[in-house]
Formats: sequence, C-alpha cells, structure tokens
Amino acid sequence: MRKIATALTRSRVWRSVFRHGFPDSNRNRSLAIFSSFFLHFHPVKVRVRAIAFTRTFYLGGLALACFFILTVTGTFLMFYYHPIVPSAYNDMKDLQFVVSYGMFLRNLHRWTSRTMIALVFVHMAWTFMRGAYRHPREFNWTIGVGLLVITVLLSYTGTLLPWDQLSYWAVAVGTNIVGAIPIIGAKVKLLLLGGHEINDNALLRFYVLHCVVLPLTLAFGVGLHLWRVRKDGGIHLPELPPRRDDVGDENYASTRADAGSPESSDAPHENA
Amino acid sequence: MSEPTPESAPERGEEESLGSVGAARVVVEEHVSDCRTSDFVDEPMLMTFPHLLVRECVAFLGLSIFLVVMSLCFDAPLESIADPTRTPNPAKAPWYFLGMQELLQYYPPIVAGVLFPALLIIALAIIPYFRVNIERPPLWKSAPWTQVASLWGVVAGLSGVFYFTGSVPIWSLMVPLWAVGLAMTAGALPWRRSRLGIWLQTRSLAFWIFAWFLLAATTLTVIGLWFRGPGWRFTLPWYDGFY
Repeated sequence: MRKIATALTRSRVWRSVFRHGFPDSNRNRSLAIFSSFFLHFHPVKVRVRAIAFTRTFYLGGLALACFFILTVTGTFLMFYYHPIVPSAYNDMKDLQFVVSYGMFLRNLHRWTSRTMIALVFVHMAWTFMRGAYRHPREFNWTIGVGLLVITVLLSYTGTLLPWDQLSYWAVAVGTNIVGAIPIIGAKVKLLLLGGHEINDNALLRFYVLHCVVLPLTLAFGVGLHLWRVRKDGGIHLPELPPRRDDVGDENYASTRADAGSPESSDAPHENA
Repeated sequence: MSEPTPESAPERGEEESLGSVGAARVVVEEHVSDCRTSDFVDEPMLMTFPHLLVRECVAFLGLSIFLVVMSLCFDAPLESIADPTRTPNPAKAPWYFLGMQELLQYYPPIVAGVLFPALLIIALAIIPYFRVNIERPPLWKSAPWTQVASLWGVVAGLSGVFYFTGSVPIWSLMVPLWAVGLAMTAGALPWRRSRLGIWLQTRSLAFWIFAWFLLAATTLTVIGLWFRGPGWRFTLPWYDGFY
C-alpha cells in the first residue's frame, strides 16, 4: 500500500497538480497547506490551545461548510426550477413526487439554510462573549456582522421561491416593513418587487438575488473574513502567563496566581 | 500573524538577483516566519496537516450526518399555491424575523421594523470602536452599593420606557432586563469571593448589554414562533396547537 502511495505521489501527474510529495514529513505537510489554493488560509502550524473543540466549537468553519452544501444542493435544484408563476410551485410538486430524491434534495437545502443562520448567529454571539471583537480584530468583526446580514438576506430571498402561501405571505410581511422606511421605503419596495405587488417580477428578482448576487457577495465576504483572521493574528486566545525566566522567581508566583483567576482568563488579548 | 521580520526580508535588489528559485525560497521563508512570532515561541504547536484538518473533517462529517438525518426525518413545508386574495391567519415571517414581527405588536412599523433593526446592526458593527469594556477595575470593586443603585436606576428607567411607550407593556423586553440586572447585582452579594462571584464581577459592561440583547431576542422569537395564533393573540401551543 505504501509503495502504491509513494509511486502515486512521485508520478508526473501528481507532481504537476500538487507540487509536493506524500505528506509524511514536516516539509511536505507544510507544503500541503500553503501550496494549496483551498488550504492556504491556514497557517502551517497551529497552537494546541487554538484547535481545542471548545475554544470555537468550529462554528465559523461549520457555517462555511453549510454554505458549501447549500451551493451544491442549490445548483441541483436550479436544474429543476423555473422562476415563473405558476411553474415555480409546480416544480416544487415535481421535486416532491416526480424527481428522484427531489424531496431529499429540497429538505437538505432547507434545513442546511436554517442551520447556517443558527450557526452564524451563535458564532457571532460566541465571538462577542469571548471578547474576540476587540483590537486588533475590530474590522473583522464588522465584516462578520455584514456576513450575518447577507446570510439572513440569502435565506429571506429563498423564502419566496417555492411560491406557496407560506412563502408569499412571509415575503409580504417583510416587504411591507421595507415600505415603512420613511422617504425611500416605497422606492426600495418597488425596486425589490419590480412592481407594486408580489408577482412574476418579484419572483425573478428574488431568484437572481438568491442565486447570483448574494452568494457571490457572501463568497467574497467570507474570503475577506478568513484573510483577516490570518492577518489579525489567528483566532483570539487568552494571554499566557509570562515565563519564569522573563519575570524572575519573585514575580513568577504572583503572575501564576493571577493566571489562575477567572479575571485574567478572559482578559482582552492584544496580540493573539 | 505578524509580518515577516525585517531580518528575514531581503532587499528588493537582492530578491531580484536570486532568480525564480531564490524568490520561491523567500516566499517559503516568509510563510514559515509567519508562524514563528515571539508570541508563539513558548506555546506547544502542531502541524495543521493532519491535526487541524482531521478535526475539521470530523466536524464536517458530524454536521453532514445531522443534516442528512434531519432531511430524511422532516420534510420542508409546502402549502397550497400562493393566493394574494386569501390571507392566512396568522401570517408569520420567517423565524429569524419573528422577533421583529413580535415587536410590531407594540410599536409602529417605522420603529419596530426599521429603527430598531437599523440601530441594532449599526451598534453591532461599531461596538469594537468604543470604550464600553469596563473591566479594570471590576464593576463592583469601589463603592459597590453606589454602583448597584446606579444600575437599578438605569434598569428602572428602561423598564419605564418599555412599560409606557409600547401599545401595551412589553414584558418580553423587561423580564430579560431584570434577569441581567439581577445577575450583575449578584456579583456584589456576600458570595462575591466565590468563583461564580468573581466571574460575575469581571464581566464587562458590553458583555451584559449583549447578554440582554440575546435574552430579549430569544424571548421575542420564541413567543412569535410558538405562542402567537390567529389575530396575533397569545396562545398556548399545548392547548391551541402550533400556528
């Protein structure tokens, strides 16, 4: 087995794609991370404290995984969907009764979208509670708030697409609220619906927003968010107490005592 | 990660003279130096491949299994075709907007649907840029009972706002506010030297404000989701069912 793996990773085709050997040495493991388009946002080494499950619960990564699942299932759903009244609703019925695994596909898309909203929201709350929004991560926090808004808008624009009573009236409630904005509300509502009521035009606009505009915006925002995580010093971690050599024996005991108290465990960390 | 140290970065002319192989080596060294800042020297480190990637794969598999089981067990709802002439009662927004829809019961749309969400998003976006993190010294360290009196003065003021400005008293905002006030006060009580007491004392003001926001948002959403029926009247799901 090892011979096959070695032969494979030494082959010309493998080397042309991955440009590194089998990752059984630290050099090749490093190369596997930073020569990969998909993995290079990771550092080649991580602190042990940073990868503990309870540190982040991997909430951001799982939200990104949801976005990936939604993109795949959404692409398959687009093969069967026409954003026209009443075809949109009939396509839902086809997915339910005609298309193989159509209902499963729609269920997966639906529950993943709800899970993604929940994960993004909990990710934001956990980030805040840990104090990770502070310096030097202020701007990345602001980007994250933007991503939360885009995620909610993605789900909201998808709500109309099945064109059933539930979706129609859910969107009606939302667009009526938009219409209540002073001065620009009526214009924004008109822009959103493409008319004065929810009809074909609104369905088409929500479809384009849901399938093209918002996902591309979210993908760009996620890229920026991940890049900033690296540039801002990785994930937020509480400060470690100083070493004995640095502070001397007398001061070392007091710093250890401070480190054991909850006061310091969540203290803002300037240089994670 | 910090930028590469000046020692590791060659001069531009030197980099050009290295050629493509030399430039690639410089890039590699910059990446490696990325991980060797002084902050990390004393910390135990692991290679990302495989340690972090394996954990991420396990988390992704766990999520996938959860979603597949959900999709097999619960069908996405689909009602009859949209009919603009037939309004369902109640007409509910998606669950993540139900907190806002619940607030529409108390305030006009311009306040509940526009002003509150806009202020909330703006506040969330700019909060890191303001000094709201009162942590050192702890909130209760000096003159604690003066602090307690000030705290409950603010709580009473806000309660008055939520009692009198809505169409009816907004208990779903007031009760979470009182819960947060009680938690903050608990840090000044006799058990303040215990582990829990110290933990409560050392939370920042921003933490408590955010805790109130979370509690209030959850309360409003749960009420909108399960406790509102026809005419947006208060119902009990175990008697009247879910709407």
